[in-house]
Order: sequence, then C-alpha cells, then structure tokens
Amino acid sequence: MSTNGNGAFVQIRGVSKWFGDLQVLDKITLDVPEHNVVCLIGASGSGKSTLLRCLNLLEQVEEGEIVVDGQRLTHDKVDVNDLRRKIGIVFQAYNLFPHMTVLQNVMLAPRKALGISRDEAEERARPLLRRIGLEAKADAFPDRLSGGQQQRVAIVRALAMQPKLMLLDEITSALDPQLVTDVLQLVRELAESGMTMILATHEMGFAREVADKVCFLDAGCISEEGPPEQIFSNPREPRTRQFLSRVLEAEKLA
Amino acid sequence: MHAFHQVIHAFFNPHSYTLAMPDVWSGFQLNLRMMAIAEVLVLVLALGIAILRGLPGPAARPLRALAIAYADFFRGTPIIIVAFLVGFGLPGLQLGYISSRSVTTYGVIALTLVYTAYVTEVYRAGIESVHPSQRAAARSLGLSYMQAMRYVVVPQAVRRVIPPLLNDFIGLQKDTAIVSVIGVAEAAQSAGQFSNRNGDFPSYVVAAVFFILITIPLARFTDHLVMKRERLERAQAF
Repeated sequence: MSTNGNGAFVQIRGVSKWFGDLQVLDKITLDVPEHNVVCLIGASGSGKSTLLRCLNLLEQVEEGEIVVDGQRLTHDKVDVNDLRRKIGIVFQAYNLFPHMTVLQNVMLAPRKALGISRDEAEERARPLLRRIGLEAKADAFPDRLSGGQQQRVAIVRALAMQPKLMLLDEITSALDPQLVTDVLQLVRELAESGMTMILATHEMGFAREVADKVCFLDAGCISEEGPPEQIFSNPREPRTRQFLSRVLEAEKLA
Repeated sequence: MHAFHQVIHAFFNPHSYTLAMPDVWSGFQLNLRMMAIAEVLVLVLALGIAILRGLPGPAARPLRALAIAYADFFRGTPIIIVAFLVGFGLPGLQLGYISSRSVTTYGVIALTLVYTAYVTEVYRAGIESVHPSQRAAARSLGLSYMQAMRYVVVPQAVRRVIPPLLNDFIGLQKDTAIVSVIGVAEAAQSAGQFSNRNGDFPSYVVAAVFFILITIPLARFTDHLVMKRERLERAQAF
C-alpha cells in the first residue's frame, strides 16, 4: 500500500468513469483538506453520487487516482473493507436494515467489522442515539420511525464506525420539508466538530452555510469550484449561473 | 349394485382398518423420520448452493456453473429415477462406507438431492428480492461480502421465502412415499403389503389419512404466513 504523508486528506486526481458508453465522470480533480466540508452541487445525473460512490469503492474508478488519508484507493491490493471502515457514507434512501432494531442497526458494523464486544458496541451506540434524541427508539424497528428519524439513525450508524471521512449523498432529498431541519442540524454539528465531509446536496442555503468549498458538477466535470460566497453570489461560468437561477426559481415556486 | 358393494367393502371394511393401522403406522414413522432429516439437510445445503450461485466475480465462475448444473440435473430428473440411481447405484459402486448404507439412508439422500435443487431456486429468488442498496449499505460500513450476506441479506431473504419453502416441504413429505420403490418399508409400502395379504384396500386409506393429517397443519400455517405478509404489505402501502 502506498502512503503519502503530504498533501490533502482526500486527493482526487483525474478520475474518469464510464457506464458502458456513457461517460459519467470526466477527469475529476479535487483536494479536500482535513476538517473541511466540500459540497457538490449540480443537476441530477451530473455525477455527484457516482463520485461519492467511487470514494467508497462502491463503484470502480476506471481512470485516475484517489488517495484518502495517505492510502491509495485506486490500487489493486487495497483492502476495501478496511478502507470503508474509515469512510462513512449515508444514502438518500437511508438504507437502514429493516429486520434489525435501531440499536442493532448502529451496533452491527462495530461488532462484526471491528470485532468489538456487544457491550462495547452498545456503549458506543447509545450516546450516539441520545445525541440525536432517539434513545427511546433504540428497540424500535426502522419502519416505526419517520424519514427524518431514519436518516439520522443512518448517520449515526456510519458515525459508530468512527470514520475519518463522511460522504453524504443527497441525504435530505427523500424527506418531507419539515423533516429536513433536524437532519441538517446534525450535519451542521458534525461540521462544527471538525469532521471531514463531502456532501452531494440540493440544499443550496445549507451548502452556502456549511461548505468551505462548493463544486458545481456538470456532465461529469467540475465546471466551477470556489468558496460558497463566490459560487452563489458571483458564479463565473454561464452553466453555473443557469443552474443556480433554475434552482432558485424552483425554490420560489415551492 | 353388487359390484358397488364390493368396492365399498374393499375400501371401507371397518375390520380391516383396525388390522391395517399398526402396520401402516410403523411404516409411517419411517416417513416422518425421513422427512425430518431430509428437510434439515435441504434447508442447509440449498442455502449454501444458493449463495455459491450468487457469488460475484470471474473467480467464482466454476462454482456458479456447478451450482447451475446441479439444479438443472436434479430438477429435470423424476424423483423416482433419482431414487433408483441412488438406491441401486451407490451400493453397486462398492465404495465402502457410502455403498453399505441402509435403503432408508439412500431414500433420504435421493429426497435431499432433488429437493435441494428446488429449494436452492427458492432461496435464490429471496436473495435477489433484497434490494441491492441493502448490500451496498452493509458493505459501505466495512462488512465483508459474506458478513453482508449473513447479517443483512440472508435474514431478510429467508423471511420472504418461508411460504414457498413450506410449500416445497409439503411436496417433500408426500414424496417420502416414492422412495418405497427402492425397498424402504415406509407407509405406502406397508400399506401395499397389507393390501396384498388381505385382498382389500383400507390400508391405503389409512396411509392417505396419515399423510393428510401432517400436511394440513403445514398448509394452514403457510396460508397464515402468506396472509400475515399481505396484511403487512397493505399496511405499509398506506
């Protein structure tokens, strides 16, 4: 395994990916320093989710290189299971395990992937559930929870592995508007605690608030990147401007 | 009218029932034992083969091919022929231990071979019905492929396939009678012998009743599970 002491915590270098003939990522290059929050914005199908899935090796990168915490992901001999333990991902559809209680959902990976004892795993899980105000639901099954509650459980399920990097893939897109706030508050707290995060999001206001850097993806390319004030107030690229004005219009209609 | 009375008498002579009962019952105990052993073996082996068949990657191709060949062969071959092949074939091979088992053991082997092929398909359908995002979520947490199968995919799959699985077991229970062709002294065989000796048929009716009596609870239980699942799904739709 190659290590790389210097450079950013996450380094993405010229990453390309195809689904058949369709190129979904086109020479993406991006650095994410430790404790930074990067937001990926762009239309559906622009490659945001695919990029996040590549960072967790749920998708194979066909070209280019990704380094996380000095470990090269795009290396044949990489231990994917070991790597994923350091990188948490949360999906749009929560994907809680429906046959397990909330507590079991949070305890499963620490117990089986890290091999810690049941007691230790519970000691880890309960405070996390308390933090999101759901300790009372520890023994409930996911279908008894609202979407917002399920998504917060999914976030702490990832946190229970004590990851060094969190990837959030449009985690509020499937939620009713009134349920979004609690989920975003949890992400805000994570950002404040110094968690390194990459978010794909449609919540422009939130991106503006928490991001250190915003990247606008268009047809698999990062067509513009910069601090949130610049991207949202003074976008340079016409495509970015077009996208943002459409989103703003949609928000007015909603 | 005479012929009719003869038939009635031949099937429903009360005296013959009392006589046939002990013979058929002792044979039926063998059916029960074969069912129980074969069902446990089928549950375990079929799950193993279903998992082999779902293994990803080119390295697992020979295993997948083997699993497919197995299912094709044993689903395509009538169980009576499998019984002959096992019951007369294995002893004929003169392979020491495996050639010197009892006919009952060969009967269980034949039933297990055939029903494992069916139940493998049932498990496979169940495993495929679990949404890929469940596996992705498990893998993304750092669980290995087998851990994701064991803790996340298979438990959900098994729950979904219990009704079709029990249906196959109803078939298996009845097919324990077929292995009488290799000389297993189970209920159908005992009934036949009794009928030959006595010249009437109540022994067959007794055997039929035994089979029906153990099938009905299983069938009702399966119905109950199907209905429970449907209620649950309707409730979730709202």
